[in-house]
This record gives sequence, structure tokens and C-alpha cells, in this order.
Amino acid sequence: MADFLINTVGLPEWLAWTITAFVAAALILNVIAGGALVFIWAERKIAARIQDRLGPTRTGGRFGWLQSLADGIKLLAKEDLMPEGADGMLFRLAPYISFCASFCAFIALPFAFDFVGQRLNVGVFFVVAVLGLEVFGVILAGYASASKWSLFGAMREAAQVVSYEVPLGMCVVVPVMLAGSMDLVTIAEKQAGWITNWYLFHDPFTFVIFWVYVTCAVASVNRAPFDLAEAESELVAGFHTEYSGLRWSFFFMAEYGSMFLVSALAALLFLGGWNGPIPVATLAGLSEGTGDTANYFVRLIGCGNLLLKATLGVLLMMWVRWTLPRLRIDQVMTTCLKYCTPIAAAMFAGAMLWQLAFPGGVVRGLSRPAGEIREGWLEGPGGLSPGRREPVPQVGAAGGMESQEVVQVVP
Amino acid sequence: MAQLIDDDPRIIEFDVRTDEMLVNMGPQHPSTHGVLRLVLRTDGEIVSEVEPHIGYLHRCAEKIGENLTARQWIPYTDRMDYLAAMNMNLGWSLAVEKLMQYQVSERARHLRVLIAEMGRIASHLVGMGAYGLDLGTFSPFLYAFREREKILDLFEEACGARLTYSYITVGGLTADLPPGWLRKCEEFLDQFEPVIQEYHALLTTNAIFVKRTAAIGVMSPELAIEYGCSGPVLRGSGVDQDMRRDGESIYTAMYDGYAFEVAVMKNGHYPRDHAYPPVPSDTVIGDCWHRFFVRMLEVVQSMDLVRQAIDRYSACKGPLGEPVKLTEKIPAGDAYLETECPKGQMGFYLVSDGSAIPWRVRARSSSFSNLAVTHELCRGCLIADVPAIVGSLDIVMGEIDR
Repeated sequence: MADFLINTVGLPEWLAWTITAFVAAALILNVIAGGALVFIWAERKIAARIQDRLGPTRTGGRFGWLQSLADGIKLLAKEDLMPEGADGMLFRLAPYISFCASFCAFIALPFAFDFVGQRLNVGVFFVVAVLGLEVFGVILAGYASASKWSLFGAMREAAQVVSYEVPLGMCVVVPVMLAGSMDLVTIAEKQAGWITNWYLFHDPFTFVIFWVYVTCAVASVNRAPFDLAEAESELVAGFHTEYSGLRWSFFFMAEYGSMFLVSALAALLFLGGWNGPIPVATLAGLSEGTGDTANYFVRLIGCGNLLLKATLGVLLMMWVRWTLPRLRIDQVMTTCLKYCTPIAAAMFAGAMLWQLAFPGGVVRGLSRPAGEIREGWLEGPGGLSPGRREPVPQVGAAGGMESQEVVQVVP
Repeated sequence: MAQLIDDDPRIIEFDVRTDEMLVNMGPQHPSTHGVLRLVLRTDGEIVSEVEPHIGYLHRCAEKIGENLTARQWIPYTDRMDYLAAMNMNLGWSLAVEKLMQYQVSERARHLRVLIAEMGRIASHLVGMGAYGLDLGTFSPFLYAFREREKILDLFEEACGARLTYSYITVGGLTADLPPGWLRKCEEFLDQFEPVIQEYHALLTTNAIFVKRTAAIGVMSPELAIEYGCSGPVLRGSGVDQDMRRDGESIYTAMYDGYAFEVAVMKNGHYPRDHAYPPVPSDTVIGDCWHRFFVRMLEVVQSMDLVRQAIDRYSACKGPLGEPVKLTEKIPAGDAYLETECPKGQMGFYLVSDGSAIPWRVRARSSSFSNLAVTHELCRGCLIADVPAIVGSLDIVMGEIDR
């Protein structure tokens, strides 16, 4: 877009980049905020269906589409309360920190090849690190609220999230190791092709570590059964006990934003990112080199793919939330320190040894060796221009995979 | 104060000694089952002492009873344990009948069993669902309420009210069942039976549920007896006592000829009259899980009792009989009767001077004794265990404060 503004419209470079940044930021912010609204509505409906109820049925038509919006308006109109003994500045600051942390991480999250706010060569770590910042908002909220229940919630959150960052980090490192890159675009692009190329099915260790990742991700975004920071039957509402109106809704939005983020991350790292289970586009002869419109179309479908996967992840979290009881704090820590961390470490070592033992995957063609396509994707943000690549049909040694095409770099 | 805390042997010592914090759990707290206030003395997440404060729902029900005739007081018993109002009506009616030496008709007797056991199911459903809520799972609560709603519909059809029934009254019941009621009741039982398996899947045998309840709040049989605990709380500790079997003859006569086994662990196993899920290995007799499980078992056994009562009631061709006059004089003397309410043994005591209005009315609440043991059970547990323990006692504040 910046190129278009500079070359075609003729704007100065700084202005073009600023406009581009603003447009990208607005897009991300609105898409995610809108997504959060949809997820809140979905959660209401799903919870209702699970519980044999109907959920919202009136607001905005038959299915209560506008329920979240109506809620938002209600929250806007609510009185903004602050406890008398609260630390005013921190109390006001806390929701924005949580919100910003959750939404900042989307900068580096690619929705499809090149559909990314800012392609970073350390994208994975950026996302995980920024997501980890969310806990500061929660701790501040609990500390500044001058409420004992809030303080308990904040303490729990601090203990829990900091502990779960460790196994979460280890889980994230495995796809990074397999792909040989920390760039989320590269990691996802390496899983192109058939469903067997997804890192989930790369080897038994990645399969196991995916489930460890799911557990840790649920825990790090404070969803049931790990929602100890806001455990309503114990801590009233935990860290956001004293919050009301818009500030409270910022926490809420941050929670749903984070949920979507960790699900999208799971999709990118383990579930093939924007690549579908069957390489339809490649089979139809639509590859990166076919042309701009087709190219764009393919990416749009890829974007839909990723959104679908991430949404499924969010739905899974909702399903779990409305089914399981909550764990106790010591059990949460036990799960992390005694189960998740050792399993993640063992699986990490296992995946590493597997790479050494079977550099090209067990059966060639089922999983592609990383080296084959590595160089092409590491040439900085934006990758290669379409003209420099061409699909080379590769006959799979295993048979039955003949139609698979592997993108190779033309020397 | 500092000196006092240091010398207090009940405080558990840890490596790092931090400041203690007094926290008020309630009376406006989501999981205190009404308006109970628990003062927690906490060291981080660990609760060193719990002190229950009651009285927020006190409505002078007993004093009011000394100004009303026995039948007029029935609606006030409704409001004691509002989740099992039928059983409350029954307890008071039987106590008055004991003093009057009144014998209800056979038909009324079976109808009372039928209604009381339905009330027990409804009460245990709330206890079960709310316990799930205490442990952080919302869905079983609504599943329980869905079924309870059907019982309330049946009750509404029988007596017109959904919560405060005043159906069972001194000298019988206010009305006979409407036509077609028994069929609907049987339909409900048939439909309800498989649902219990869902509850077992979602709660009783759920791994997280077992983790949260097993070996938590363990109450020894001695402790339970010492504190006067009763009902499922007592039986959860392995004490074999049920007023329906061990009570006074006026009450046990009601259950004459009914086959039921008291839901209690005897010789290391629970009754085997139905296919119950196995007891998880990490539970200890007297813990939260066993108290909960006893309730689940009682639901099934109450269903059996309801089925038997339906058969016997429909076989009775005699008249239901009219309840006593509203201003019926009660013979001078006193009477005390304990009945097996869903929450435990509910006792009613009345002293009469020969007039229609009792001279003295007192109620012995099972929830009160069951709650009294909280501070023993909660010593040294985590904050999250406090709702788990209090919830497993299944208290109703209306009954405690009266």
C-alpha cells in the first residue's frame, strides 16, 4: 500500500508510511474489536445452547445479533465508579495496559501471506512477549483497587501467568525449531500443502506438544478451568471486582482478544496457518506466480482459513469453559510445574532428536524437509516477489502424493 | 493482638511468615448461599480460621409462631428451608399431630410420602447444582434447575404455589391431587432417571471435580456427632442414621412398608440397589465428595420411594380427610419431633397451654449445626476450598436464621 501511495499517488515517503500504518492499525483494531463483539455474542449463544437455554433472542433480530453492541452501549452509559481508597492513576491505567498488550500482539500476527501488520523476523517471540504484558494490567488492577478480593485475584494471576509462560514458551519453540525461523509467516508457509505437512502431524512429539500448548494457552489467557484470577465463586470477580462500565469492558475485550490471539497462534504454529488441509489452490494451478488478482484471491481464502481455525480454537475454549469445574490454585500450579513443563521439555527434546533421526520426515513427501524451501522465505519482510518463484512438481516417494507441489527457489 | 496471634496454635506455620489478612466473605458474596458472612483469617491463599456470622435473615419466625395457631404458622415454615418447603410443612404438622395424637388417613399418609420425597429430590437438585457453581462450573446448575422446574410444575399443579407451598398441613393436606397428576409424575421420573447419569458424568466422576472435593474438609464421624450434624452431612461421614428409619414412631410409621436403604457407606461400600458410579480411590470418608455423593444417592432412592408411594396412593380408595380447623385447640403439653429433611434432622418443638395458639414454638435447624462445624473443616485450607466446604454442607440461611 505504501508503494502504491508513493509511486502512483506521489505522496512523500514519510506520509505514505504514516498513512499505511494508520490504515493497518485501524484495520487490526476494528477487526479484532469487532471480532471480540462477535465472540462475546457467540459465547452467550454457545453457553446457552450447552445449558439448554436459548440465549439472547430479541436484541437485533431473531438470534440476538446485536446483544454485544447493546451491552457495549449499556456499559458506556454506566457510572464510572472508583473505590475511595484506590490508587487513581494505576486504577485508570490498568485496563488500558491489558487492552493494549492484547491488541498490540496482533501487529505481528499474519492472517495470510503478506496480510500482516508488520512482518517481524522474531514474530513468535514478539507475540508471546507482548501477550505476557497483559498480566501487568491485571496485577495493577488488583493492586490499585484497594479491595482484598482484587488483590487475591492479582496474586493468583501473577503466579499463574508467569508460571505458564515457561511451558508455553517451550511449546512455541518446537515449531520454530522445525521451521528454522521465528517469523510467523515463514512458519506457516512451511506447512503448505497437504494436511500431513501441518506441524501437528509432523511427528508424535509435536502432536503431544500441541495439546500442552492448548492447556498452557487456556491457562495464560485465564479461561476456565484456569480462570482463577476472576473466580466468581471464590473471589467475587477477582481482579475486576471494583471495575465498572467501560473500564471493565476493556478487560473483557482484552480477554477475548487474547483468546483469539492464542488460537490464531496455535493455528499458525501447528495447524498449517492459512493453508487448508488440501492444497486446493495449488491443485487448481493457482500459485503465487499466476497473477496479482488470483494471488490476492488465494490469500483472501487463506485469511478465511486462518480465521476459521482460530475461531474453532476459541469455540473449543468456550466449550471447555462451560463444561469443566475450576481448578484450585495449587492444582493449577501443579499442572504447570509437574506436568506441562516436564512434558513440554521432553517433547522439545524428542522433536529435536526426531529432526536429527529423520531429517526429511519419516516418509518423504509426508513432511517436507525444512531445508528445501528455507532460503526463499528468509529474505526479509515481504518475502520474495512472485516472479522469482515457480512451482516445481515433485513426485512423492511414498506414492499417492504425486500431486503435491513444492515451491522451490530458482537459482 | 500480635502476641495473641503468635501464641495461637491453630495458625499453621510456614517458612515465610507474612501478614495475615482478615477478609469478609459475604454477606454479599456470590457463593455463600444467601446471606452468610464468613470472616476469613488468611495468610496468602491459606485460610487459618473461618468464623461464620449469621443472623442476616432473621425474621422472628419462632416468635411469630407463638402468636398464630398451629395451622396458621405453616406458611412460616415454608420460609425456613425455602428449598424444601414441603418437608418443613411436614415436620411442623407431624409435631403438632404428635401433641394432638392425631392420625391422618392412609391416603394422606402415602400422599405425604410422595410429596415429601419429591421435595427431597428438588432440594438435593439445588444442593447439587449450587455445589457445581461453587466449584466454578455453571452448566450442571442449570441442568439441575431444569429438572427441578418440572418438580415445581408438578407442585404448582397440586397446590398452586411453586416455592412456598403450605400444602402439607396439620391433619393432612390442603387438597387432593388433581386428576392426571400421577401420570405426569411418573413421566417425570422416567425422564429424570437417565439425567442422573449426566450429573454423574459432569460432576461426581469428573476428574477436576474429584480433585477439588476428594480429601477436602474431612469430617470424622466423631466430629460430626459432636457438632450435632445430621442428614447427608452426617451420613457422608459414615454414620448410619436416618430419621425415616430411626426416628420417632409417628414419623417412621409414615414410611411403614416402604423399601429403602439408607444412603451411607457401610462395610466399605454404598448401597448397591442401583448402578452407582464407583467411589474414586483418592476420596476419604467424610470429605466433600462423600457428602455430595450421599445426596446423589438419596435422589435415586427418593425416586424409588416416590414410585412406591404412587402405587400405594393409587391403591388407597379411602378419603383423603380434611385437615384440622384453622383454630383447632391443641391439648396442653409439649411435643418435640425431628424429621428427616433434605438438609438434615429438622426438629420442631411446641408447648401448648390448651388454647389454639401454642405457648412456645422452637425450631431446631439442621443447617445451623451443619454450619457450626465450618471452622473445624476450613482450618488450614485454601480460599478456594472454603466455598467447596461450605457448599458441601448444603446450608440454607432461611433455616439457620429463621
